[in-house]
Amino acid sequence: MTALVAAKQLALPGRLEPTDLYLQAGQLTCLVGPNGSGKTSLLHAIGRIGGPKGEVSIAGIDPAKVPPSRRGHMLSYLAASRDIAWPLIAHDLVALGQPEDVSPARIAETLSLFGLDSLADRRVDRLSTGERSRLLIARVLAADATLLLLDEPIANLDPLWQLRLLDHLRSMLWGANRAVLVAMHDLEMARRYADRLLIMNEGRIVADGEPAALLASDHITAVFGIVPSASGWQPSSPEDPRS
Amino acid sequence: MKQWTPLLLVAVLAALAVSLALPWAPLAPLWQRDPALAQAIIVELRLPRALLALFYGAMLGASGAAIQAMFANPLASPDLTGSTSGAALGAVVAAYLFGFASPFALAFGAVAGALGALGLLLLLAGPKAETATFLLAGIAISALAGALTTLALALAPSPFAFYDAYQWLMGSLIDRSLGQAAFAAIPATLAIVLLLRFAGPLDTMVLGEEVMQSLGHKIGRLRLWVVCLTALGVGACVAVCGAVGFIGLVAPVFARRIVRGHPGRAILPAALIGALLLVSADLLTRSAPIGRSLPLGVITALLGAPFFLWLVAHMRWSLSR
Repeated sequence: MTALVAAKQLALPGRLEPTDLYLQAGQLTCLVGPNGSGKTSLLHAIGRIGGPKGEVSIAGIDPAKVPPSRRGHMLSYLAASRDIAWPLIAHDLVALGQPEDVSPARIAETLSLFGLDSLADRRVDRLSTGERSRLLIARVLAADATLLLLDEPIANLDPLWQLRLLDHLRSMLWGANRAVLVAMHDLEMARRYADRLLIMNEGRIVADGEPAALLASDHITAVFGIVPSASGWQPSSPEDPRS
Repeated sequence: MKQWTPLLLVAVLAALAVSLALPWAPLAPLWQRDPALAQAIIVELRLPRALLALFYGAMLGASGAAIQAMFANPLASPDLTGSTSGAALGAVVAAYLFGFASPFALAFGAVAGALGALGLLLLLAGPKAETATFLLAGIAISALAGALTTLALALAPSPFAFYDAYQWLMGSLIDRSLGQAAFAAIPATLAIVLLLRFAGPLDTMVLGEEVMQSLGHKIGRLRLWVVCLTALGVGACVAVCGAVGFIGLVAPVFARRIVRGHPGRAILPAALIGALLLVSADLLTRSAPIGRSLPLGVITALLGAPFFLWLVAHMRWSLSR
């Protein structure tokens, strides 16, 4: 089976060591790692953000060769920052930067999927961070991209919307020629929703495999300095074992 | 937006017609007596002035909107980024070296000054500065350019050179030829038309640089284009008419009301509103009841500064809600 997304020798100097990564169609891959381990850099390198080295192909095509008017169908990227300082209307923000053939009906449909109907006419800079998050997620999902790169999509969301978003991502992947790569910190959500888990540390992927198996392995303790306990995770020792 | 553009266009053309016709009192009897002379007054005296107001205003409006979109900052404008004062400094230095009669030297100096100021701002404040950093850097650059301009005035080679430079600095559209008007209008038109091509990408600047790059936009190239085009257009206009403030700040604020806040799409209406504002301001300079016309730069500053204060107060108020 050939990979839907093939990234070879990706690197961002000082932030991401040369990395190969292949993503299969229909899979939700979770990227976990401590702060500063290179999760965002890996997403950037695949999304051709910040002039990365290496090659990326999505369904056989180099995204850099696809013009902005159609790129949104190929890959869609959610930035970790939810700051939008400009006084734009919520509905218009979701429609911004979409491929030319994304219809107004599709925008409306995506807005209502994320419970944003009542906010559609409000100014973005006056919404709460969580509401703005949902809006930006709706923007990313509206174009039905082949590859979704989501940087901490469930941060700022309340528990209900965290579940709804991840359920929705799963349903989008069902039988579709699509892959989702999500960077996040919630290990339990990763266990529950991911098909595949990547653990990053110091700019490298240090473990790659089935979530439940990896979460039970020594990698978690080595990378995060935590161990499983009856009540969830806890620090493996009073001092940070990594230091 | 679709209904507004023709409306604005009609308003601009009407203001232009009024600007050509007023003052009517000396013109009407002359038209009876010597139509050729009346026509010469309109074509050679009034038309350059009206056209300069039109193109300079449009350039300031469009570049204000483009700079605000590029910095994702609704308080940016050619004056606050120091490009107007940079252009003025460049032109004064060029004028001392080559004389005020040499339009090429003036234009070259002004464009170089504007480019220098914008480049320095990008260097000082960084490409994605916060409002405060950005405004402080802009104020610092404006102050530096202003101080250097004053120094240049103090070192004027002769009292005549000082007077020429001082009067030119206050901004004036009077006594310019059609050739000079073309000298400002052609680069300004070129700059506005090219800026309009970037309206779409400038809209998406709202989403942040990372998302823009993921969409395939080349941020560095976009910035360079906007900086060079605004410096070219504003520089050419400053070279002919001197520094005129605040239009670049005020016009986009109104323009965005028409385009639901989209920063890039505001470029066209901002150009039209800028033209309307400057043609109207020029009409005001002529109708002051003091027997002589007022400096244009003073009028726009007197009207624009209170507006800027209102804008800051309004932003504080809306942020505190």
